[in-house]
Formats: sequence, C-alpha cells, structure tokens
Amino acid sequence: MIRSLPNTRPYTLGFKLYVILFFVFLFAPLLITCVLAFNDSQFPALPWKGFTLEWFTADLPERVGIFHDSLNLSAIGVSFKVAFWVSILSTLVGTCGAFLFEQENFRLKQALYFLMLAPLVVPGVILGISILLFANTLGVFFENTFNLDVPLFRPGFWLVVLGQFSFISTLVTLVVSARLKKFDHSLEEAALNLGATRLQVIWHITLKFLRPAIIGAGAVAFLMSFENFNTTLFLVGSQSTLPITLYLQVRDGSTPVINAVSFLLIVGTSMLAVVNLTLSRKKE
Amino acid sequence: MALDLSVEKVSKSFGDFTAVNEVSFAVEQGRFFSILGPSGCGKTTLLRMIAGFIEPTGGRILIRGSDMANLPPNRRPVNLIFQHLALFPMMNVAQNIAFGLQRRREKKPDIDRKVADILERVGLPKFGNKNIGQLSGGQKQRVAIARCLVLDPAVLLLDEPLGALDLKLREQMKVELKKLQAQVGTTFIYITHDQSEALVMSDHVAVMNKGRFEQVDTPRMLYAHPKTPFVARFVGDNNAWNGIVADQRDNLCTIKTADGQTFSAGAEPDLKPGATVSFFIRPEAIIIAPESGLDDFNRLTVTIKSILFDGANSRLLATPTDGDAELMIALPQNRQYDHLAAGDRVDIGWSARSASCFRVP
Amino acid sequence: MNAARSRITLPFLIFVTPVLMWLFLLIVLPHIDLLLMSFRIEDDAGAMVWSLVNYLNFFDEPVYWRTFTRTAVYAILTTMITFSVSLPVAFYITKVVSPRFSGFLSLLLLMPFWVSELVRVYGWMILLRESGVINHFLLRAGLLQRPVEMLYNDITMVMGLVYTSMLFMVVPLISVLESLDDSLIEAAYDLGGNVFSIVTRIIIPHAMPGIVSGGIVVFMLTLGNYLTPNLIGGKNSLWFTEQIYNQFIASFNWNQGAAFGFLLLILSSAMVWIGLKLTRQKLSQVVQ
Repeated sequence: MIRSLPNTRPYTLGFKLYVILFFVFLFAPLLITCVLAFNDSQFPALPWKGFTLEWFTADLPERVGIFHDSLNLSAIGVSFKVAFWVSILSTLVGTCGAFLFEQENFRLKQALYFLMLAPLVVPGVILGISILLFANTLGVFFENTFNLDVPLFRPGFWLVVLGQFSFISTLVTLVVSARLKKFDHSLEEAALNLGATRLQVIWHITLKFLRPAIIGAGAVAFLMSFENFNTTLFLVGSQSTLPITLYLQVRDGSTPVINAVSFLLIVGTSMLAVVNLTLSRKKE
Repeated sequence: MALDLSVEKVSKSFGDFTAVNEVSFAVEQGRFFSILGPSGCGKTTLLRMIAGFIEPTGGRILIRGSDMANLPPNRRPVNLIFQHLALFPMMNVAQNIAFGLQRRREKKPDIDRKVADILERVGLPKFGNKNIGQLSGGQKQRVAIARCLVLDPAVLLLDEPLGALDLKLREQMKVELKKLQAQVGTTFIYITHDQSEALVMSDHVAVMNKGRFEQVDTPRMLYAHPKTPFVARFVGDNNAWNGIVADQRDNLCTIKTADGQTFSAGAEPDLKPGATVSFFIRPEAIIIAPESGLDDFNRLTVTIKSILFDGANSRLLATPTDGDAELMIALPQNRQYDHLAAGDRVDIGWSARSASCFRVP
Repeated sequence: MNAARSRITLPFLIFVTPVLMWLFLLIVLPHIDLLLMSFRIEDDAGAMVWSLVNYLNFFDEPVYWRTFTRTAVYAILTTMITFSVSLPVAFYITKVVSPRFSGFLSLLLLMPFWVSELVRVYGWMILLRESGVINHFLLRAGLLQRPVEMLYNDITMVMGLVYTSMLFMVVPLISVLESLDDSLIEAAYDLGGNVFSIVTRIIIPHAMPGIVSGGIVVFMLTLGNYLTPNLIGGKNSLWFTEQIYNQFIASFNWNQGAAFGFLLLILSSAMVWIGLKLTRQKLSQVVQ
C-alpha cells in the first residue's frame, strides 16, 4: 500500500509501470516536438531525413529558419515587451494586495478579498471579452463626450497588458501573501520600537524579507504572460504576441519552424524554471 | 497457561545493520508485557514485525500457536495502537471504532451494538457522535484502544502511546491503562523508553539493548536484581564503580577500586579474583549515619557537595573523603536530616548484598 | 497580531489605491458592462435598445444550447478523468516511491507546466495526425495498412484537455497527500482495511480540499479552453468558447457574444459554487 507496509510484487511493479506510462504521456509531445525541430524535412513529421540546424539558421527561398523569420521574431519581441510590463505591474500591485489583505484591517475586507480571488474562477476568455467591451464602451464615451480618440481603448499592446495583468495580479498577491504569513511580526514591532515609521519598517524590514517571494512571483508572472492565449486572443491589435502568431500558423498548416520556436520556448522556460527553483531552494 | 504470543529467534537486518538480533520470548494470555529500551534499540522494529508491517529476516512469530509468516497485517489477530494514535480525523468516534468491523462485513445492528458496548467498557458511553477533535488526550487514548479491542485481537500492541502526552496526564494514563488491561483481560505488548511506564504497568518487562533482550523479568526483580550492567544503569538510578575482585566467598566478593577503596558486593560465584568488574548501588540503598556492628556492611565517610531538593525524591551529592568518585544518596524527607548542609562530612554505608556486581568484558 | 487599525493611514492608502483600481477598473466594471451589453441589441434604425433577444436566441437556436451543454458535460468528464489519472500518480510520489526520488519526480512533473499550452497541443498534433509520428511507427510495424486520422474526434479532444490541465490536479493532490500521516494508512490496514476501503474511507476524505481545489481549477480551465478543442477537436463538434469567438470576431455581434460570455460565466460560477457546497468548503480555503 505505502512504502512502510509490505507490498506484493505485482502491486509495486504495476504501480511503477503506471507511473512510467504517465511520464511518457507527459513528455512525449514535448520531446517529439524538440526532435523534429532538427529533422532535415519540409514537414514536421517522420521519417528522419538527417540532422540539420536549418530550421534555426537558414535564410533560403524554400526554408527560412527562426532566426530570419521576421513574423515570429517580431512576435517574440512583442511577447517579451508585454511580459515585461505585466510582470512589473502585477508584482507592484500584487505586493500591495498582499500587504493590504495580510496587514490591514478595514470594513468589507472579506468582500474585497473574495473579489481579488474572482479572476481565478473566471475563464480567461470572459476576462478578455469583458475588458474588450468595457474598453470599447469607454472609447465610445470619450469620443462622444470629449471628441477624443484614446488609442488605449482599442485592441492593442496596452489592452493586452491590462488584460493579462487583471488575473496575473491575483497569483502574485497569493504568492506574496503566503510568504508574508510567515513573517515574524516581532521584527516589525522591534523596528517600530526603535523609532522607525511604519513605511520605513515596510521598506527596510518587510520588503527585504519578501524579496525572494516577490522575485519568484515576478518570474511566474513573466512566464504566464508570455504564454497567455485565452485572454490575449480578444485584445490583440496589429502587434500579435507569440502564442497568437503560432496559433494562426498551426491552424493553417505547419512547418518545422514552429518546432524550432517550440524548442527555444521549451529550453528557455525550463531554464527559467530551474533557476527559479534553485534560487527558492537556496533561500529556504 | 496458554501462550498468546511466542517469538522464536526473530531477527531483522537492514543491509549491514542488525536491528533485531535473535530475540526470543513468550507471553502468556492476559499479561501486560513491556519491552523497555532506549531509542534505536530495535523495539519498534520488533513490534512492527509482530504487527506484520515488517517481515523478519529470520525466526518465527506465533500467535496463539499459529505461524504468522507471510500473513499481512490486515489478516493477523493483532492490533496496534500507534504512537500518535492515528485516529481517523475524517470520521467520528463511532465510525472510527466501526471501521474494522465494517471491513469484516459484519451486520449493521451487530456493529452498532459492539461499538456501544466497547465505548461503555472504556468508560466513554454516548461519545459515539463526537468528532476526534473534541476529545481530550486521555479520551483519544481510550478511543484508540476501543477501536482495536472491538476486533477482539489475541494481542494488543502499543507503540509508546503515552509519549505524546504531557507529564500530568501521562501519570494518570499509566494507572488507567493498567486498570483497563486488567478489566478487559487482553494481552498487551507495550513498548516504551520510559522505565517508570514499564515498571508501573507491566507483569513482565523485557529490557532491550542493541537488538537483544538483556533481561526479561518482573519489574521488582529487574530493579532489585539486574542481571547485566546495562539493566543496572538503565532501570532506576544507580551509583557505579569499577574495580578488581580481590576475594570471593559465599557469593560475596571483595572489590578494590582504582582510587584505593575496598567494598564488598553480592556476586555470581563465577567471579574469580583478578576479574575487572562494575558494581552498582542504588541511592536509596545507602544509609546515612548507619548504626555500628552490622555484618557484610560497607562504610564510608563522605563530604556533601550539594543537596538536590526534589520533595520525596531528594538527593545528596557527595564524594568520599579519600576518593574522587561522586555518589548519589537518597535523602529521606522525614526531618531527621534537615541539619545537613553542603560541606558537611557524614558517615554513610550500605549492606553488601544490596549492591550488584558484574564482570566487565 | 495586528491591532485593528480603523484609522486611515498613509500605508493603508498606498496599498488600497492600486488594488481598488485594479479590481474595479479591470474586474467589476468590465463584468457589469458585459452584463449590460448582453441585454442590448441594435434595432432596425441602428440605435441600441434594451432587449432579451440575445438570450432568447440562445434557447431558440439548438446549436447554441447544445454546444453549451456539450461543453459543460465534457468539462465535467475531463475533470473526473483528470482526477482518476492524477490520484495514483500523486499517491505514488508522496507515499510509495522512496523519499529520495519523490522530490525529483515532483520537479519532473512540473516541467511541462512551464511550457506554453500551444506548444503542448502542437506536440500532440504532430504525434497523432494522419502523417504523424504514431501513424509512422504503426505503419512501419505493419500494424496498420493505411494511416488513420487520430485527431479531430472527441476522444482525442478529451485526452488533450486532460493533458493540458492535469498538472493543476496533481499539484494540489501532492500537497494534500503530503500532509496525510502515514500511520493513518497503517492503522486502517492493521484494522483489516484493503486498498479499496483505505482509498475511499481514508485517502479521499483526507484529500478532499485538494480534490476540490484541483477540480475547480481543472473544470474552469477546461470550460474556458479554446486552443485544445479548436486545434484537435472535431470540426463539427463546437466548444462554447468558439461560439463566443465567432460572435466577436467573425459575426462581429458583440452583444450576442456578451450574452454567451455571461452564460459561460454563470455556468462556471455555478459549478464552482456547487463544488464548494457539496464539500462544505470556502473558496478562500481552497485557493490556499
């Protein structure tokens, strides 16, 4: 049954086999995607026609590698910019949220807390369309009332940032709150007792304590933003993010360039994940 | 009398490490049997082998005469009380107790009756609907025992169940557990590292060390006649000395210590002159200011270094005037010795037969 | 710990202002707007008027409410399959495998979670399609005479949905099973329990908070998923998010889309609420 109980051999072996199959199921699509990025073929399919780096480096009429593919390259650039702003904004606001819900008492705190959790249970598509509608409503209102055309209210870069920010902030708030719960309040009290103001205490003591959690949450926010599809789908303008660009290519037929992009994404995110995990391990 | 449990030369090794080394013992029906030993001595491994969680690497375990080899825990007529009781928090008291009966597919009316019965017997009538979180430490203990007893096991195994309780409750539960055992008449095998638990409750105690049984005896015999130096040190407090046998007659030997003192102590006849020995004398066997003219009596003058007042358990800490050993001496609180103070010199002594003496290998 | 600070202090204002702006401007007001828009239509003269037509359309047009029901049923089915697949894995990692490997295995388990959903779905496409890797191997092994299209059917779609959201079930299950004291399982076994009774009476009741939080997240993600049904689901078997997308992007009928969106929101909130009620838990406990 468990490791401290005597187990029959069929039980142990059967269980092991199940878990191995599970991990094969988990990694098969990722591995095959990576492998086919190096296949010297016009299609992301077997048979294996030899190893090549051309899907990364080539700039030929029939084969354009990812490093020369302006469509995907610019999408990667947009995604980086979006993720940068989303992680900055959501880290700032999420940290404020953690302080607000962990350290302050006010009326309607429970209701506001519930509201803060709401983006977790609202499907991303709904967040996308409601923000799109609201921005449109505001845009129409500004145009009719002040005769102003505000570009922010039309689908585009900043609306994507705001849409992703709206739910990623919740995750940051929860991560930072979890760390703040472990904070020893006697440290704050000692600093207050030594003559610091509350803001000085927060700046010098509490934020220093929270730094690993904030950095970790920022990294997660960056990844979530970089990969977001559902909310972004309704908010993109002319500057498409990478997941949207890839989606359109995959839907209309695919070339091994997509495997090459996927390979870079898998390697990049894995590295970021490993760095993040080792950092958080070290801190503990 | 019938044997409920017999363990024959049971061993268990984990790689190179031998946790239990050819242990044999037998327990008669209805007895309270304790296995006492320091942590890491192998007592938990032994208990888990009896319960069936671990397969022995050698030897046999028989319960009521039938061999338990290859029988999984859920089919053995023994039940285990876990260290932290392992009551199921997701069920109430009655559901906890009914769990084992339901596994035997007993009928609902029978189960209800048995649960009510056993709750009555452990003194918790009408507690069936309570949640585990609502119970006190002592009540949880009784529910855990009821949960096993309702299955009518041949042997009930207890894995230091008092360890997690605070001191006051522990003292109380010792007495209660003893009474409960006498009342239900089930054989209890109890493991503990606390000698007082073992001595107070048990009919027989096995002292275990490094995977072996050092001595199996009644509590009184263990305390009065330890058979090995380990038992002498581990059960109760003892003053210890090393020395060399100078003479031996009538099961009394004369011992010379390194710092030049001479004592006599009870010993086995096979201790020959020249053997290196340890000998032990209990603090309460030492008499302060003994009367003169006693036979086979050791006498000594000591300087009091400090007085450790602890109510009925008060002690003197003293060193012999012509030696450097440190002695612990019981200080009865009958007002007779109120005048003693640190720095005083007093005469002390003990009967040679109250000291025990062992060869040092 | 904190004395009640009823006075409005500077730190309080610093914390509360951005949070209120975030929640009201990006969550509350957009959703109110969504609700209002769903009750508006353009009349013949081109002016906006109040109406229930958007909702009536939903009930009149079988393809709408069938897609809706289908989405809900498949989302529930996906959640249940995800749970049954994940529980043994979480149990193996926390209780069966030697502790030396359990840390490594849970790390390994998390890796695909970091990779974009699109990449994962794409991986399945090149594995399963007619010219895909699995067909290639089956043909070479002689098990198939001609390639078989394994994409674009409901079974593959559900498998893809399970794959996409599985990690959100495994992770809470691992953390809740870690907190289960081994001696409870040993005690149940000692009292005569077998695998079935231990799983149903001890493990599942103990794991309930993890099951509910995992279930809610998986259900929600599945219900709102667009990529997986769109890329590997059948062409004639729509997912409700696709209906919303069609209204917004293809038909450009935002009011109809708003009504659909609101219906999906009600469905997801209702299922979350029922899940919490059935297991007597609070949302704030579940997200911890």
